[in-house]
Amino acid sequence: MISREQRTPFSQWWWTVDRLQLAALVTLMLAGIILSLAASPPVAARIGLDPFHFFNRHVLFLLPSFTVMVAVSFLSPRQIRRSALIVFALSVALIVATLVIGPEVKGARRWITILGVNIQASEAAKPAFVVLVSWLFSESARRPEMPATSMALVLLLSLVALLVAEPDFGQTMLILIVWGSLFFIAGMRIIWVFGLAGAASAGLFAAYLLVPHVAGRIKRFMDPASGDTFQVDMATESFSHGGWFGQGPGEGTVKRILPDSHTDFVYAVAAEEFGIILCLVLLALFAFIVLRTLSRAYASDDLFTRFAASGLAILFGVQAAINMAVNLHLMPAKGMTLPFISYGGSSMVSLAYGVGMMLALTRLRSSIEVQSIDAAYGARQPA
Amino acid sequence: MTDAALATPAPTLPLRQRLVRGLLYGRKDRSAKARARIGFIMLIFAAVYAVIAARLVTYAVVGDSHGMRRGVAQDATATARPDIVDRNGEILATDVKAPSLYGEPRRIIDTDEAIELLTATLPDLETGEVRQRLSARKGFVWLKREITPQQQQDIHRLGIPGIGFLRENKRVYPSGPEVAHLIGLVNIDNQGIAGIEKWLDNNGLADLHRAGFASDRQQQPVELSVDLRVEHALRDELLRAREKFHAKAASGLVSNVHTGEIVAMVSLPDFDPNNPKEAHDPDRINRLTTGVYEMGSTFKAFTLAMALDSGKANLNSMYDDRGPLHYGKFTIHDDEPKGRFINMKEVFTFSSNIGAARIALGQGVEAHKAFLAKMGQLQRLRTELPESAAPLVPHRWGELNTVTIAFGHGVAVAPLQAVMGIDALVNGGYLIPPTFLKRTEAEAMAVAKRVIKPDTSDKMRFLLRLNAEIGTARKADVPGYYVGGKTGTAEKVINGRYAKKRVLTAFTAIFPADAPKYQLLVMLDEPQSLPETHGFITSGWNAVPTGGKVIARIAPLLGIEPRFDLPPAERLILAASKESR
Repeated sequence: MISREQRTPFSQWWWTVDRLQLAALVTLMLAGIILSLAASPPVAARIGLDPFHFFNRHVLFLLPSFTVMVAVSFLSPRQIRRSALIVFALSVALIVATLVIGPEVKGARRWITILGVNIQASEAAKPAFVVLVSWLFSESARRPEMPATSMALVLLLSLVALLVAEPDFGQTMLILIVWGSLFFIAGMRIIWVFGLAGAASAGLFAAYLLVPHVAGRIKRFMDPASGDTFQVDMATESFSHGGWFGQGPGEGTVKRILPDSHTDFVYAVAAEEFGIILCLVLLALFAFIVLRTLSRAYASDDLFTRFAASGLAILFGVQAAINMAVNLHLMPAKGMTLPFISYGGSSMVSLAYGVGMMLALTRLRSSIEVQSIDAAYGARQPA
Repeated sequence: MTDAALATPAPTLPLRQRLVRGLLYGRKDRSAKARARIGFIMLIFAAVYAVIAARLVTYAVVGDSHGMRRGVAQDATATARPDIVDRNGEILATDVKAPSLYGEPRRIIDTDEAIELLTATLPDLETGEVRQRLSARKGFVWLKREITPQQQQDIHRLGIPGIGFLRENKRVYPSGPEVAHLIGLVNIDNQGIAGIEKWLDNNGLADLHRAGFASDRQQQPVELSVDLRVEHALRDELLRAREKFHAKAASGLVSNVHTGEIVAMVSLPDFDPNNPKEAHDPDRINRLTTGVYEMGSTFKAFTLAMALDSGKANLNSMYDDRGPLHYGKFTIHDDEPKGRFINMKEVFTFSSNIGAARIALGQGVEAHKAFLAKMGQLQRLRTELPESAAPLVPHRWGELNTVTIAFGHGVAVAPLQAVMGIDALVNGGYLIPPTFLKRTEAEAMAVAKRVIKPDTSDKMRFLLRLNAEIGTARKADVPGYYVGGKTGTAEKVINGRYAKKRVLTAFTAIFPADAPKYQLLVMLDEPQSLPETHGFITSGWNAVPTGGKVIARIAPLLGIEPRFDLPPAERLILAASKESR
C-alpha cells in the first residue's frame, strides 16, 4: 500500500519517520484511555458530573492530539522553527491575557476560556519555547556575531516571569531544567554547570523561604509526620496494595479518595488496579521514547535538530519522571501530569505538538538534504 | 587572510564578543562536545528511570503493608483455643464465633458521617472514643469487639466505606463461676491471662499461633482432672457455709490421693470468667494456690508422722501434758489441758499443742526441718496453674520455731501444698505433685516419690479415723463413708499479733479412711460464732460440719460405695495393718 516507488508525501513520511517511536507513542495514548476509564469516573462522580465526563473528554481530546502529532511530524526543521515562533508568540499573548482576564482558581490564574474551551496557555508555550531556544543555541554556534545566547536568556527570563506571575512553579521548574540542559548540551563550560546548579539551589532555597506552600511540601517530604501527607500516603499505599499484578480493574480504592486521581496520581491508580508490572511497562515506554529520541539526536549532524530533539525529549522525560517520582514518594509533592496518561485537554494537545516535533526532527533525512541545508547556511555566512 | 582565519571566523569578531563566547563555551569543538553531553544526559535519564523502576520493584516485593495489617488483625482473631473439658467430657470452656467491628481510618471518606451512623446503631459506643480512633493515622483500628449478628447486619446495611467485620473467636464458659479460679480466663484477644487458660498459652498454644497453625481447625480438647459435679457440690456447700458463718472467704479442695489429681477446687469469693470485670479484685484471689496460710493443727499430722516414721516413737509413746510448756519467755497452752501424761493418740485427738511440740522437740530441729522439706512444705509448689505462692518459712529456724511449727504456726504454706503432704501421709507414703490435668495412677506413680513408710501411713490413717470417731472431727463422720480427718484452727496474724477472735479454720478429711481414695480440704476465713455453735469459732463447729455435708454429697458422685456397720479404727485399720506385716 505504501510503496517506496512513488514518492508521495505520505510514503516519504512513512519511510522516514521513526515508526517504533510512533508505535510507542500510540501505545501510550491507548494506555491513557484505559487508565482514564479506571481513574476518572470516581472523580467525576464526586464532583457531581456524569461518571464518564472526564473519560469522554479524554477521548475527545485524543483525536485532535493524534492529528496534531502526525501533522506536525510532517514538518521540515525550517517549518518547525517558524511554527514554533508563531505558537510561542500566540501562547505568550494568551498567557498575558490569562493573567489579565483569567479566573483565579486555587490562588492561581492559569486558565483562560476561549470559545468554550479551557486553555492552559503555558502548556503550549513549553514545546515552542524549547524549539526556539534550541534554534538560538544552534545559531550561537554557527553565527557567532549573533547575540544568540543572550537572546535565549531573555526568552527564558520573560517566560519564567510570566509563569511565576501566574504562579505556576511546576512549569517554571520544568522550563528551567530544560533550558539549563540545552545550554549544557550547547557546550557551556563546566564551570557554568556549577554556577547554574548553584543558582538553582539558591532559587529553590529562596522559594523555600519565601513561598510557604513550597516549604511545607519539602518539610513534609523530609519528615512525613510534620503535616498532612494524605495524598502521597494514599499513593504509596496503593503501590503496595496493588502488588505485582494489581487488584484488578475496578478494584482500586485510592481513586475514590484522592482528589487528583485522574491527573497527578493516575500512576498510583494504575498500580493499584493493574499492578506494578504495568507501571514498569509504562516506565519502559517513557524511557524508550526519551532515550530513542536522545540517541537520534546524538546521531544527527545538524545542530538545530540535535538541540531541539534533545530539548523536547528532556521536556517530555523530565515531566514523566517528576510525576512518577512524586507518586512513589521519591520527591516532594509537585503537581505534574503524566504525559498522555493523565487527564488534561490543553496539556495533551501541547504534548502532541511536542512529540510531533520530536518525530519530525528524528525523521531520517538523506545526507544530500542535510548538506543542502548546511550549504544554504554556508552561503549566508559572511566570509 | 590565512586558511586558519577562514576556518574560524572568530578573529573577525569584536573583542568583547570573543571574550563572552570564550567565557561561556570555552574553545573546544562544540559539535563534539554537544554529542558527548547528549550521551551524558542519556545516562542521567537511564539512571533516574532505573531508580524509579527499583522503587516500583521494592514496593512490589516488600509489598503489602495493607496485607500485613490484615495479618496482625487476623492474628488477634485467629486465637482459636481448644475446648477445655472436665474429666467426664463436660465442656468448661469453648469458642464461639462472634463478629467484631473494625475501621480502616485511611479508607473512611467521611469520618463524621461514619461516627454518626455507627453511634446511632450501637448506642453504647462512645462518640469521643470512636472519633479518636477513626482519626488516628492508622490502617486498622478496632471499634467494638464481639457484636451481635443483628448489629452486624444493621451496620452492614449502612454501607459505610472503611468499616468492616472480622469473625472472632469469643471464649465462653458455660459453667460460669463454677470453675473460675481453676480455668482462669482470657483477654479480649482470646489470649489466656490466668489459670489453665494461661497455662495453655504458655505450653505451646501461643507458639502454635505464632507459627500460623491452630487457627480455626479443630484442636484436641484439653481434659482436666476436675469433675464438674463434684465442683458444683463443693461450691454449693461452701457458699452456704460462707453465708451461714459470715466468713470472709471459704475455700475447698478435693484431691485424689492416689493420683494427685485435683477433682474440685473452689475459692470463694470467685468470679464469672464470662464477665471478667471483677476477676482482678484482690479479694478474689485463688486462696488455695496463691494464698499462704498457717495451717494450724492440721500440721500436727506431719509432726506425728515424722515421729512415727523415725521409729523413735510409737502410738503409745507418752508425753508430759501436766502443765503449760515454757520455752524461754513463751508459754504454750492447750485448749483443753489434761494435767497428766498423754499418749500419741490423745495428742492427736485432743489436738494437744504441748504434746505436738514435745514430739517435735524429741526429733530435733534439723530432722523436723528435713522432714517438712521432704514433704514439700518448704518449697514453692508449682502446678499447671501459673498462680502460685512461695511458703513463708523462718529464716533462722531454732527450737522455738520447731515448737510452734509442730502445731502449725510459724510456717505459712499454700493449702494445696498441705493437701499434697496429707495425701502422701495416707496413700501409702507417696508424695505426688498435684495436677489439674487428668492422670492415671500409673502416670502418678512415675512422678511419685516415697517419703514415709507404708506402716507409718497406716498409722496416720488410723489416727485420722480415730479423730473422727472420738476426736474433734466427729461432726464430719458421715455414715457409710468411714471418714477420717483433722481439724485446724489458726489464729490470724493481725498487725503482727495473733488475734484470738479472727481465725482461719480448716478441716482435712480423707474417705474412706481404711483405704483412702479422696481427700477433702475445707477452709473458712474468719467464721463468726453462732448460737448453735455456743460461741465457739473453732474448726469443729464450722469447717467440720461443712466438710461432712460436702462428703455426704460428693462421695456418691465419686463412686464410693457406702459401707455400714464397720468396726472401729482400732480393729479395722490397726489390726489389719499388723496382720499384713
